[in-house]
Amino acid sequence: MVIDTRVNLGGLEMSTPLATASGTFGYGTEYAGAVDYSCLGAITAKGVRLDPWPGNAMPRHVEVPGGLVNAIGLQGPGIDAFLAHHVDEYERLFPGGPKMIVNIWGGTVEEYAEVASRLEAAGRKSIAAIECNVSCPNVKAGGHTFGHDTAVLGRLVAGVRAATRLPLIVKLAPNVGSIAPFAQTCADNGADAISLINTIPAMAIDIEKRVPVLANKTGGLSGRGIHPAAVKLVYDAHRAVKLPVLAMGGVYEARDAVEFMLAGASAVALGSAIFSDPGVVRKVYDGMLEYCSRHGFSAVSDLTGALAD
Amino acid sequence: MFDETSTILAHEDIGGGYRHLVLRSPQVASAVAPGQFVHIKVPSLEQSALRRPFSVFNAEDGVVEVLYKTVGRGTAALGKSQVDDKVQVLGPLGRGFPLACRGKALLVGGGYGVAPLYFLARTLGAEKCILFVGGRTAGDLLALDRFAALGVDVRIATNDGSRGVQGFVTAPLDEEVNRLRAAGEEFEFFTCGPDGLLKAVADRALALGAPGWISADRHMICGVGACYACIQKTVRGNARCCIDGPVFSAKELVW
Ligand SMILES: Cc1cc2nc3c(=O)[nH]c(=O)nc-3n(C[C@H](O)[C@H](O)[C@H](O)COP(=O)(O)OP(=O)(O)OC[C@H]3O[C@@H](n4cnc5c(N)ncnc54)[C@H](O)[C@@H]3O)c2cc1C
Ligand SMILES: Cc1cc2nc3c(=O)[nH]c(=O)nc-3n(C[C@H](O)[C@H](O)[C@H](O)COP(=O)(O)O)c2cc1C
Ligand code: FES
Repeated sequence: MVIDTRVNLGGLEMSTPLATASGTFGYGTEYAGAVDYSCLGAITAKGVRLDPWPGNAMPRHVEVPGGLVNAIGLQGPGIDAFLAHHVDEYERLFPGGPKMIVNIWGGTVEEYAEVASRLEAAGRKSIAAIECNVSCPNVKAGGHTFGHDTAVLGRLVAGVRAATRLPLIVKLAPNVGSIAPFAQTCADNGADAISLINTIPAMAIDIEKRVPVLANKTGGLSGRGIHPAAVKLVYDAHRAVKLPVLAMGGVYEARDAVEFMLAGASAVALGSAIFSDPGVVRKVYDGMLEYCSRHGFSAVSDLTGALAD
Repeated sequence: MFDETSTILAHEDIGGGYRHLVLRSPQVASAVAPGQFVHIKVPSLEQSALRRPFSVFNAEDGVVEVLYKTVGRGTAALGKSQVDDKVQVLGPLGRGFPLACRGKALLVGGGYGVAPLYFLARTLGAEKCILFVGGRTAGDLLALDRFAALGVDVRIATNDGSRGVQGFVTAPLDEEVNRLRAAGEEFEFFTCGPDGLLKAVADRALALGAPGWISADRHMICGVGACYACIQKTVRGNARCCIDGPVFSAKELVW
């Protein structure tokens, strides 16, 4: 059986249901040679803001059971260098390759909107969607506050929406009492999709030295251990709103991706798993197709929300 | 860059808490240059475990060698892997040592830091190199037989005097530097080892106006430049140790 792998994520046409998660895949070129790009429907670039940003002090990460805690702190070159250098490089290495979702962040609604409109104005072939990060736990100005107050979130989404016609994905914070009102706020203010989940606020302590391990003291937990929590949030969001969901959080095997689709995701992003095994992209892709043929699904998109309940 | 499924050909305890790992990795072996490293997926660790970075000690005839010290759970678990086991090896990674050395190559190493210096000496040619190696005691000195077999002139210092001169490796290094300067000969420094040693060599390179190539060691996540976890401060701002390094010029490092 030939399985149709195409999915539509709020206007972003993807040739496969798989993407990479922001911050885990650089600007799309770094893993060339180790990752099978033909399995990816999109890549997501590392968070971009208006001006260069240095990020946090070292150490920036620690391995923990089931994943890692990071506090990279959104280091980045700013929008101009991103366009001139990183997008150029990506288009040179992967002409006709997976589409690029650009993850953006800022300190004010105006900054987000400015970055979004510059991305659209640049008219670059690879740039196909914008993902608004309103949930980075590691930078005070990293959009965190936007993701925790529906009124503030509404203004942000409306502001960015007004600045661009590119498909707009809003990446929500996982650590809220209920995801439904936040998802609804995105829908009400013109977002095309939502993505879930960002890292979960976390901390590790060096008990011998009695100090936090990370220079930033706290960080965000990603990897295998967060997957069940992410499935629940995707499930809740899918039931609350019509917006398509890009799901991420601890996907290491095809079954994890299928689980996300059944919970209601339209597409799935791989993150920390790539650090341990760049070959995971191919394995998850092949495994999803195998699942579809075993269960008689002729299109991967038919998996979305296909719970038997 | 390859993520090569490699077979363990040999894996021996060489004393002092170190192991010698020999891998059949033809793709990585044919592409790697001295000072570059590989990112190894430790087979018996859980699926979500991060990879572990190791310098390439030697690469020849489809074989990659690594010398590593058991320091924590990853290296301890790696130590349990046996001949014929398969290991995923991502590499070659990073920017290695420049190979256009003018004059004598003064290689300064401590602990597993001698690993990339061996590959460098083999590539530059033994007659061009002098290895200065230091440790607390004779048991800390690695791969001396391999350097000897290459024909490299080796100068040793141990803190307890159990081998070579007693004291720090900077003493025989300074002696040689003075000799070369008196003779009007050119030289470059190449170093890998503990931070204190790197700084001591970098200081000398800057003070003498000689090129100094410093291999830094930072905790890594991806190893390929994608995550920005492995920051080394430089005069140009935050650099990534895994892709802008691990070898940096003494002139660009900010300590
Ligand atoms: C470019 C480079 C080359 C290296 N070459 C060698 C080599 O040739 N031989 C050798 O013995 N060691 C080398 N190291 C150090 C080696 O990577 C660490 O000793 C190893 O990762 C420790 O893992 P662990 O699980 O046993 O230790 P743990 O302390 O349990 O590790 C916990 C985490 O910290 C990281 N970590 C701990 N120590 C270091 C360290 N010194 N450097 C980087 N990450 C660390 C681990 O990778 C892991 O993610 C190199 C490191 C780098 C960055
Ligand atoms: C090192 C690292 C850096 C990250 N940087 C960003 C970022 O810049 N912007 C963002 O929206 N999410 C960022 N994230 C979150 C991931 O995109 C993803 O939401 C999260 O890691 C969960 O997926 P995973 O468990 O598959 O890694 C980062 C995660 C990691 C591990
Ligand atoms: S380890 Fe990821 S950028 Fe260096």
